[in-house]
Amino acid sequence: MLITLIISVAVITAIATLLALLLVIADATVGNYGEVSITINNERELLVQGGLPLLSLLNSEGIFIPSACGGRGSCGLCKVQVVEGGGAYLPTELPWMSEQEIADQVRLSCQFKVKAPIKITIPEELFLVKEYTTRVEKIVDLTHDIKEVTLKLIEPELIEPKAGQFIQFQVPEYELSDESVYRAYSMAGSPSDKTHVELQIRLVPHGICTNYVHTHLKVGETVMINGPYGEFYLRDNNKDLIFIAGGSGMAPIKSILLDMAEKGDKRRATYFFGARTAQDLFLLDEMYALEKRLENFTFIPALSEPTTEDKWEGEVGLITEVVRRRATNGENSEAYLCGSPGMIDACIEVLHDIGVSEDSVYYDKF
Amino acid sequence: MGNFLFPLAVFFAAIFTDNILLTNYLGMCSFLAVSKELETSAGLGVAVTFVLALTTPLNWAVYHLVLVPFQLEYLRFIVFIIIIAAFVQLIEMIIERYSENLYFALGIFLPLITVNCAILGASLFIVIREYSFITSFFFGLGSGIGWFIAIMAMAGIRNKLRGAKIPIGLEGAGIALIIAGFMAMAFMGFSGMIQIS
Repeated sequence: MLITLIISVAVITAIATLLALLLVIADATVGNYGEVSITINNERELLVQGGLPLLSLLNSEGIFIPSACGGRGSCGLCKVQVVEGGGAYLPTELPWMSEQEIADQVRLSCQFKVKAPIKITIPEELFLVKEYTTRVEKIVDLTHDIKEVTLKLIEPELIEPKAGQFIQFQVPEYELSDESVYRAYSMAGSPSDKTHVELQIRLVPHGICTNYVHTHLKVGETVMINGPYGEFYLRDNNKDLIFIAGGSGMAPIKSILLDMAEKGDKRRATYFFGARTAQDLFLLDEMYALEKRLENFTFIPALSEPTTEDKWEGEVGLITEVVRRRATNGENSEAYLCGSPGMIDACIEVLHDIGVSEDSVYYDKF
Repeated sequence: MGNFLFPLAVFFAAIFTDNILLTNYLGMCSFLAVSKELETSAGLGVAVTFVLALTTPLNWAVYHLVLVPFQLEYLRFIVFIIIIAAFVQLIEMIIERYSENLYFALGIFLPLITVNCAILGASLFIVIREYSFITSFFFGLGSGIGWFIAIMAMAGIRNKLRGAKIPIGLEGAGIALIIAGFMAMAFMGFSGMIQIS
């Protein structure tokens, strides 16, 4: 009995060891692609271990490509242009590629394995993108459904965003989501505060991240974010500025305004902020304080459905109506919009009517 | 029937009369999941054939040269599984290295095959039916081809069904299982041809 037991254990162990050994040898010989070079934008050359997906190779070199699924080929975000040495497409990449992207040799970097020297192009701003470990420093209720979350950066300690850009917030697995997901949020703080990231997160029914932040997240917890991303930042010129936001669309505009105040920007600026009732308004004091700090800045909050208890004396009506009423000559203006797709589309029409040219309208839909 | 013809008889029997998918219903999950497109079905079918033809004789050798002498026949399940898993991994690495085309056609299906029960099933059948090494090879190859034919037929039928009105409750796997049932009955028509086991 004992002997049978020992023999069976020994045989199983021997077979398993043999197979493991075989695989280890294969890994070191067949699976060993040696060092290969990745040339980025014809400037930098990285020497990396071959045979691994491009996404993880770049990641380990500190270049962070936006990806929401963590390299499983299910989000289609981690696209990178491989100029040279790409080879044929994998069947797992094709569903994500448009004809134009195939013509440009854009690859899904989590699926594409680097086995030979390649040349790739990466947008410059992605070099600034990093993954940050942060700790929740403060959670404040701005309204009944919007929370302001302040994150203190732990590692790396500094972020260098442009005012108006966004980060991706990693939501861990919890009861509403059986996998970790990323959601994008604009940074609301001043870019001069490089050690903190401030977010305004509005509760969306059944929203994975918003529910997580509103019901689970506590001060002191660790949050992973990556960024900064986005083209929504103030262009440097002398045009008059029109800002339009609704709800938590306040965040990037607030960041831009704080930045302008710190730099002593004298451009003429008008900020239309739309809400339904007075209980949806927030940060009014801070905005009025900004009116004092910025020479040519006007803040115009508007309520679409003020109740009698609100005793509202400001503008009334949909934000589009208010913009049409208050901003008449937009020819020398530039507009920055942040809010729901419906609101933005309606506002673009109004802006067009008052003479703002199409290429001077920047927006962030969510 | 002459003894040297037996492996050949087993080969054809494994394709038609004793089709591993349609008579034993093995390898069902990937059969249902992948049979939506002809092209991917062909890829998976070839990969299954390839792995079956190689792992079945390999497992025969391990069973008769290692397990039987030590009287450890009862360990065959676990031994067969780890051998199949390691073998598939090894094949994948080799294909990935040396043939890009083959890797694109087969490689991505190989990880799926590790858990395909038809592969383990074939290795267990050769033990129960006491096949020789040569017969095992032909049985594995035949089973693979049989599986290939079955999934190709299914993919063809599902392609035709695309425009059909299927009751909501039967969409997807439901109708596929019913079709598989009909196909199994159709394959019973071959049963007078050859008998094995």
